Amino acid sequence: MLLSIRSLTKVFPGTRALDDVDLDIAAGEVHALLGENGAGKSTLIKCLTGAYRRDAGTITLEGAAIDPRSTREAQELGIGTVYQEVNLLPNLTVAQNLMFGREPRRFGMIDPRATRVQARETLARYGLTIDVDRDLGSFSVAIQQIVAIARAVEISGKVLILDEPTASLDAAEVAMVFDVVRSLRDRGMGIVFVSHFLDQVFDLTDRVTILRNGRKIVTTPTKGLSRMTLVEHMLGRALDEATHAPAGAAASAPEPVLYFDGTGRAGAIAPFDLSIGAGEVVGLAGLLGSGRTETAELLFGVRPLQTGSARDTQGPLDLRSPRAAIRAGFGFAPEDRKTDGIVADLTIRENIILGLQARRGWARPMPRAQQNRLADDYIRRLDIRTSGREQPIGQLSGGNQQKAVLARWLAMNPRFLILDEPTRGIDVGAHAEILRLIAELTRQGMAVLIISSEIDEMVAVADRVIVLRDRAHVAELTGDQVSGDAIMRAIAEGDLPGGVAA
Amino acid sequence: MSGTLQRIAPQLIALAALVALVSVFYPAFLSVQMNDGRLVGPVIDVLKRGAPVALLAIGMTLVIATRGIDLSVGAIMAICGAAAAWALASGWGTGAALALALAAGAGAGLWNGLLIAGFGIQPFVATLILMTMGRGVAQLITEGRILTFTDPGFSWLGSGTALGLPVPVWLWLLAGLFVAALMRRTALGLLIEAVGINRRASALAGVNATVLLVAVYVASGLCAALAGIVETADIRGADANNAGLWLELDAILAVVIGGNSLLGGRFSIAASILGALIIQTITTGILLAGFPSEYNLVIKAGLVLVILILQSPRISAEWRLMRDSRRVQPKPAPAKATPTRPAPEDRT
Repeated sequence: MLLSIRSLTKVFPGTRALDDVDLDIAAGEVHALLGENGAGKSTLIKCLTGAYRRDAGTITLEGAAIDPRSTREAQELGIGTVYQEVNLLPNLTVAQNLMFGREPRRFGMIDPRATRVQARETLARYGLTIDVDRDLGSFSVAIQQIVAIARAVEISGKVLILDEPTASLDAAEVAMVFDVVRSLRDRGMGIVFVSHFLDQVFDLTDRVTILRNGRKIVTTPTKGLSRMTLVEHMLGRALDEATHAPAGAAASAPEPVLYFDGTGRAGAIAPFDLSIGAGEVVGLAGLLGSGRTETAELLFGVRPLQTGSARDTQGPLDLRSPRAAIRAGFGFAPEDRKTDGIVADLTIRENIILGLQARRGWARPMPRAQQNRLADDYIRRLDIRTSGREQPIGQLSGGNQQKAVLARWLAMNPRFLILDEPTRGIDVGAHAEILRLIAELTRQGMAVLIISSEIDEMVAVADRVIVLRDRAHVAELTGDQVSGDAIMRAIAEGDLPGGVAA
Repeated sequence: MSGTLQRIAPQLIALAALVALVSVFYPAFLSVQMNDGRLVGPVIDVLKRGAPVALLAIGMTLVIATRGIDLSVGAIMAICGAAAAWALASGWGTGAALALALAAGAGAGLWNGLLIAGFGIQPFVATLILMTMGRGVAQLITEGRILTFTDPGFSWLGSGTALGLPVPVWLWLLAGLFVAALMRRTALGLLIEAVGINRRASALAGVNATVLLVAVYVASGLCAALAGIVETADIRGADANNAGLWLELDAILAVVIGGNSLLGGRFSIAASILGALIIQTITTGILLAGFPSEYNLVIKAGLVLVILILQSPRISAEWRLMRDSRRVQPKPAPAKATPTRPAPEDRT
């Protein structure tokens, strides 16, 4: 075995994040590491990369016991890591990024020409011929990701850990990154692959290890594993049926309650008409950069309207700012919960009541007893995994942060809720819970606009799907027309070469 | 309440240690006598002389909680002092002069707030403008002279006594209590902290970040006005060149000694005021201990450094660890003595 982990244990105050975990990575395999949020994947990776010190257990690399005390030490031992967010420097050139910290020298100074040549040679081995003098940030995330992989392999070269490398890539870009990963596997590297996309796990990996609550549940070859078994192992229970049943039960579209006429903004999204009824779920589908998030931000007043207007059955609505949109009864759970959603140092309770408190105004603080009741209520209803309502929200896992942001909006009881990628990067169990919650809300008459990159999810929840392409609304699918095939076709139509959003 | 006590414990300990240290060199430091219905003694002197920085620290705490900084408070003190002295010299009454000084402070804060929240200029740069300009404005008001006055009502604010304590002490006590209560009895504290930690997320949740930002700079301006009034009233004159000179740095230092992060977020006004008292205890203590005056700044900087190092994240993690391990002594001690990551501090 290339890398052997035996009885790895890591204890945090109050929890055993890893409990007696064994894991073997062979040379020349891609090994998927799966688990719900809080299962221990990140902790395991951090123990491997030296970010955490383990409390017990052994790690052997090529037969020698290792104990990395920093990421740098782990890299030098041969364990490299690539994260979901590219952790390179976008304002340096590709060559500088690739050779950073080990630049070829000449008379003690960095030799820029040799740097370029070496960078070019390195990338050529990954089938990438790009201008290495351009800033890394000017390339697509997929290219950046490959540069990050190349850098990690060049420095370390034995074990490569990919922590959700595909979360912000579209299908063509994923294929590109996977080609690189496969070639590395064929060169005999051991690759650990962490992802929430089960399709990718089946597509790419040779073996799967599933963690749950800090324990290893099973390690098994990917081939012959059924999707259902996999999900059951991850959850420890059968997946809720509601996830699969399309919610599009409404035979006829309900009477609209909100109208957006010709709303648009130059450079963001072309003018579009949209109406939505009480209890209706409208989906926005499209590739990355097609204008989905821009549409949401326009409707919530984050970007002011340049053209068009909004109205309800009573009259025109003011959408000049998020505060105005909230007054109109709107809510918006943004895509990037870390920068736009949570207020990290505040507690879960404070995060949940923040929206309500802002609406009440500073002079009318919500009584503490009521705050506690609300927070406890939502922690229970949304099954937010936490040690208590006074835990800082920044300490929660991503899925639980997302649930807390949702709770903030649910507590405000909006009539129109915009959800931008509500299930991105969260585990299967939380995923099902959030979809069930959306169904429950719409039954109570809330109108929901949902943006999702997962087409299956869109088909499952949306009554109506609007397809976007190149920053314009280009198609609308209703009722029986809503199917994965139809959405794919509408996205792809007349959009073949070079159409992939870079 | 116990939460507050826990929060300000490091500052209380630092202050107690300093008092003990000063008492070694000057044993009469803690002695307080009653003279004509007035308390007198070195400690009372510290409380009184610390008033300007304590007042500034109240406003500075709020500004820093929003991830900002206000470099202009010293200059605002000069403006407000000059305005009050000018009003008194021109025959205005005590009340009118006070109102003018406070209005000048609020106006200066509004200027800062609009530059920062309205135009998005970085707080450091925006307040640097007023820091430079303000002293000039004050000189224009005083026409380059030291404006003196004899209004007994106004000078009572700087050198008078009420219920045994100097009036400036009452001013910072009451201002501190008022602002702390305003923050914690309303939702202002929470909203300010939310904006300081993540302005964008707070704005998306409907928090009116712009108005809050302007408000904290106005509050800082008002605190600076009070500090300027105290200083002007104490010397019965406005010195545009020297009033409040460099006090913005002491105020920032007080907030930092109070354990408030310059990156914004959680804040404690009580801790900042203790920080101001710590600074004043050092200053007064060095004088009383009889060191030659040329040692003052070096000793002061050294003591501040020691306090900050003791409060630093690394050292306080060690302290917490020692305390925790003592608490769980009956059980077998955990194998690892030093975790690489301390548990985040519970700050309420």
